[in-house]
Amino acid sequence: MALRPRLRGGLNAVFWELWSRMEFLTYMGAVFEPLSLALLVGGTIGGLILGATPGLSPTMAVALLIPFTFHLQPAQGLILLGAAYTSTVAGGAVSAILLKIPGAPANIATAIDGNAMARKGEGARALQLSFLASGVGGVFGVFVLIFLTPVLAKWVLAFSFPHLFWLAILGVTIIGSLDTKSFVKGLLSGCIGLWLSTIGTDDIYGVPRFVFHDSLTGGINIIAALIGLFAIPQVLDMMAKGRSSAVIEALEVPRHAILSAVRELISRARALILGTGIGTIIGIIPGVGGQVAGLVAYDQAQKFSPERDKFGSGHPEGIIAAESANNAMVGPSLVPLLTLGIPGSPTAAVLLGGLLIHGIFPGPDLFTTHAAVTWTFIDSMLIGQILMATFGILTAGIAAKISRVPMPIMAAAVLILALFGSYSVQQSMGDVYVMLGLGLGMYGLQKFGFSAAPLVLGLILGPIAADNFQTGSMIAAAQNGPWVYFFTGWLNILLIAMVLGSIAYSFWINMIVPRRKAQAQKAQAQKAGGQGHD
Amino acid sequence: MTDPVSKPAAPASANRLQHLVPALIVLAVAAVVAVTSWTQQPADVFVFPRLVSVFFVILALWNATRAVLGLSKVGTGLSLREALNILPGALVMIALIYGAAKFFGFYAASSVAFLTIATLYDPAKLTSLRAWLVRIAVSAAFMGVIYLLFAVLLRVQTPRGLFF
Repeated sequence: MALRPRLRGGLNAVFWELWSRMEFLTYMGAVFEPLSLALLVGGTIGGLILGATPGLSPTMAVALLIPFTFHLQPAQGLILLGAAYTSTVAGGAVSAILLKIPGAPANIATAIDGNAMARKGEGARALQLSFLASGVGGVFGVFVLIFLTPVLAKWVLAFSFPHLFWLAILGVTIIGSLDTKSFVKGLLSGCIGLWLSTIGTDDIYGVPRFVFHDSLTGGINIIAALIGLFAIPQVLDMMAKGRSSAVIEALEVPRHAILSAVRELISRARALILGTGIGTIIGIIPGVGGQVAGLVAYDQAQKFSPERDKFGSGHPEGIIAAESANNAMVGPSLVPLLTLGIPGSPTAAVLLGGLLIHGIFPGPDLFTTHAAVTWTFIDSMLIGQILMATFGILTAGIAAKISRVPMPIMAAAVLILALFGSYSVQQSMGDVYVMLGLGLGMYGLQKFGFSAAPLVLGLILGPIAADNFQTGSMIAAAQNGPWVYFFTGWLNILLIAMVLGSIAYSFWINMIVPRRKAQAQKAQAQKAGGQGHD
Repeated sequence: MTDPVSKPAAPASANRLQHLVPALIVLAVAAVVAVTSWTQQPADVFVFPRLVSVFFVILALWNATRAVLGLSKVGTGLSLREALNILPGALVMIALIYGAAKFFGFYAASSVAFLTIATLYDPAKLTSLRAWLVRIAVSAAFMGVIYLLFAVLLRVQTPRGLFF
């Protein structure tokens, strides 16, 4: 009998907890306001076409769109960026399947079986399965974002100046060490970004720092930098191919009933569940991104499939696993971004820039002060996933045609968009110079193993790290000194351990593992040589 | 202006010298950052840059040492063919941004730059009238969209220069 009130209390608590998670429904109407819906539909269709175009990455597409959002309300701007992020990842499957050229790194695994199916005359079936799997994975990913983010955001309330400093440093080290093939160059890129963030006149003392040219007096504008770092290297990459006359062979897309694709997706639920689950987990891990999600899901789907021998020769499960994973990754990649300010992927890093220019900072304020903007944005991502799957199936044929736009036209178009986009933010030629300077420099660095993502993150998180470090140092000077303030307490120690852990893991993967593999191969070769002599 | 070569560039692989050049440039930048941070006053303004410069110099030194020892292998480098392919386009880009856009006006200079880049990298013969017509039509249409987006919709005031 005594249990009954306790049980009722427990059930009440669970009900209210669940009800509080339903807050996202309150703001759903804002997504259907005429301008918001137009931006969502336009961003989705535009993103699908941009994603389908080889050479235009989702990161670059989002970076080029940021100047347009500057003239919109924060919620509407974020709706456009979110739609572009979602649909460029999925749109990349079109060129992966029909041209065997992944539209984005996230679609590499899709090209394996997708193109093989298209060559067998099953292009439409492959595209339908790809968009349906993307839709299912994407919707699940956004639900993870909806239910996990507010919980983590509340946890962030415990963070003070030193913790926020370490968190910003963790963001740079984690993406610097996980997103590159060389951890030294990854961390160096992060350092360059942190240094670039200090350029300009100091806010408190009014003293110029590293101002080598007048255009740097106000510091480096994030949008101009994002456009330069992501768009200019791609323009130069296209130019590096020269007057290539190679004709891209596009495969025909015969008709295929959508309902049979839906039935097939349900019958291959194992690959869908695996892809969605793996994509979700990888999305939450900061700095990893869609490419890894797609490849890991493909690999696991192959291992668990009774038809694993058919993978690589046009097996639908290969597409389902890869596409559900790379879109399931999108929502969860925003969980660490919106709560801690650490992006889950390079595109999420650019999205962080989009948030900051609208004066929205990651953390608990997102769900209190900026609740309307945040929930409208998240809701739009949910609707956007459904629109993406629908328009993807309907417009795949058109996207495939547009994706064959000649490279010289594409290079010229991106350059002109970069010029106008970077100028339009502050109507300043200084921003345009900075954009080109950073772009040319980044192209050179990328050719030698440096990466743009950690540099961008250093540039974005630099001011957060610097402000918290300066304020923290002042408080520390008045208390027990910086050692106690920055290096003691369980949260400081946990964050420092994570910073060191991310560096150590990358060191292990990039330095120790290849050396051991080389040693093992050498030993094996010697052994084989010895046996040969015998 | 160098004419872009007609052959597509073969994938390059960087040698030790190629890795050494960016490694030394990054080291030089790190040194400038460190010297500036630790010598400029007031010190309070440079507290964070000083912290960054310490790690910047250490990592740049590590990277340069690896490049000197031939251990730096990540990255394809830039082949001569790729550099020659890029050169004319990069010159158009630099001329557009650092001079022409302001002097002639954004829209006029951008239209010419668009057409120039599209022509330089188009595999079609330069004598082909059809290819010229297509390129001119695409350039005009694209610049029309840009004008609608930036001048009409976003109302961005761009430098007019000599023309437009």
